[in-house]
Amino acid sequence: MSYSEQDIKTLEVKSKQIRKLIVQMISKAGSGHPGGSLSATDLVTALYFKVMRINPNDPQWPQRDRFHMSKGHCCPLWYAVLAEAGFFPKEKLMTLRQLGSTLQGHPDRRTPGVEAASGSLGQGLSLSIGMSLAGKIDKLDYRVYCLMGDGETQEGNIWEAAMAASHYKVDNLCAILDYNGFQIDGKIQDIMGLEPLTDKWRAFGWHVIEINGHDMKQILNAYEEAKTVKSKPSIIIAHTIKGKGVSFMENMVDFHGRAPTKEETDIALGELE
Amino acid sequence: MAELLYQRDVYGKTLAELGRENKNIVVLDADLSGSTRTNIFAKEFPDRFFNMGVAEQNLMTVASGIASCGKTVFVSTFAIFATGRAWDQVRNTISYNNFDVKIVATHAGLTVGPDGASHQALEDIALMRVIPNMNIVVPCDGPQTAEAIKAAAKEKGPYYVRLGRPKFLTIENKGEFKLGKAQVLTQGNDVAIISCGYMVAEALCAAKNLLSKGIKARVINVHTIKPIDKEVILDAAMTTKGIVVCEEHSVTGGLASSIDEVIAENYPTKILRLGVKNRYGQSGEPAELLKEYNLTAGGIEDTVIAAIS
Repeated sequence: MSYSEQDIKTLEVKSKQIRKLIVQMISKAGSGHPGGSLSATDLVTALYFKVMRINPNDPQWPQRDRFHMSKGHCCPLWYAVLAEAGFFPKEKLMTLRQLGSTLQGHPDRRTPGVEAASGSLGQGLSLSIGMSLAGKIDKLDYRVYCLMGDGETQEGNIWEAAMAASHYKVDNLCAILDYNGFQIDGKIQDIMGLEPLTDKWRAFGWHVIEINGHDMKQILNAYEEAKTVKSKPSIIIAHTIKGKGVSFMENMVDFHGRAPTKEETDIALGELE
Repeated sequence: MAELLYQRDVYGKTLAELGRENKNIVVLDADLSGSTRTNIFAKEFPDRFFNMGVAEQNLMTVASGIASCGKTVFVSTFAIFATGRAWDQVRNTISYNNFDVKIVATHAGLTVGPDGASHQALEDIALMRVIPNMNIVVPCDGPQTAEAIKAAAKEKGPYYVRLGRPKFLTIENKGEFKLGKAQVLTQGNDVAIISCGYMVAEALCAAKNLLSKGIKARVINVHTIKPIDKEVILDAAMTTKGIVVCEEHSVTGGLASSIDEVIAENYPTKILRLGVKNRYGQSGEPAELLKEYNLTAGGIEDTVIAAIS
């Protein structure tokens, strides 16, 4: 995968559009998780608009690359990207969290493009290993991408998965860790520290790539590097800013799980112009 | 001489048979493949078998990921770990997604024996029964295990199949096996004895002894606990003088509760329940344990007499 300066610009513009949609959706819904949606926006935008092999008209296409959002509370990001990519009409986005909506408060399979439900943290990496193993069994060359939150890697299930992925050498799996440094109760380092994080993943047998998760070139290079790794899974540890793009949400734990007020929404959308 | 079979042996052989017919079947275990007998499948189809080690949460979620790609996945470990250790994973990644994962758990109930309380699942049916989409089958012997596994493999969606550790007495003339349809094994209008799994043989033994005392018991094998066969249960409520339910499980949340719910909602009748009542299991030989918890033909007979007198 090669990319031009124009590609980078296009992706950056797309990221901004996605961020606006995230703010609008959560504002309309009156609840949701803006902080972690905004921190992972660049990482997921790059996947859907440059890296992944997808067909929005045929979400079940067997050869498709798979994406799973293990940190399910950040689904406004996923939904915005899926709608932008053409999996379903963008008007649907404003039904987020409403009764009967195809866009649930945490992801499930009623949304076109969502492979499996998530929301109970720590389970998505194992699920993604399953997708990787199925690809190996069927000798299909698709890749599997799994987005995890930093707080969620405190779950034991993640480390069971970390062990299994390297044991089964699922080199078609690329995990992405959105390391924004915050969880609901405060700073990760104060609640339950993860460091030394890269050492942990290396010790579990993973190829570790550490990047700035808001630098589009570094993001694309990391996905490209992961594709070249053989016989072991890869993880991109992306240093990000919680609430990225909206000044008063950045690094503010308060916006982990609360919707902006009408006034805050206007300011946020202004900043994202 | 009546035939005695390990349900687990039958399960392993049936899986291998299914594996030959259907390349879409994948099997996972969590370091108990020798006990659950998935090792029979593993030996024949190493490319479609994955041992996840002692990590049941990962076991269940990897299974759901494989199933998300259109495969039928059989997952095995002991009942206590399959349903307890990984309940959230079963609920949120298998059943909520309605994926084609068959959880075939062995070593259920008291008859695990000397390993004791930590390994004797007496809550597993209860834990699975409250999960939407989940189907539950408890075969009563070896041959019925093969029938249940084959039937579950044909159906889409999540299943919990409960197997035991000891040898099971093969029950003759059970009639056709159909998921969701209970089997009436003996005719009688004095009392209905409803059971599943290992207790069916005890129920039949009790019925034979009762007949010599002039009591005609209708023995019903409710092999499918979810969805439950309301018709056969209500018929028993309406046409017999009492109902006795017998199960190798807590009386809370399992077969007895399922029967209670059907009857209370449709045709309130007195039901006497034989099962484990707010207790853990303990070490001992299976026969000793069944006696200690009053889950024997003798216990059933006494309860029947109490029910209809």
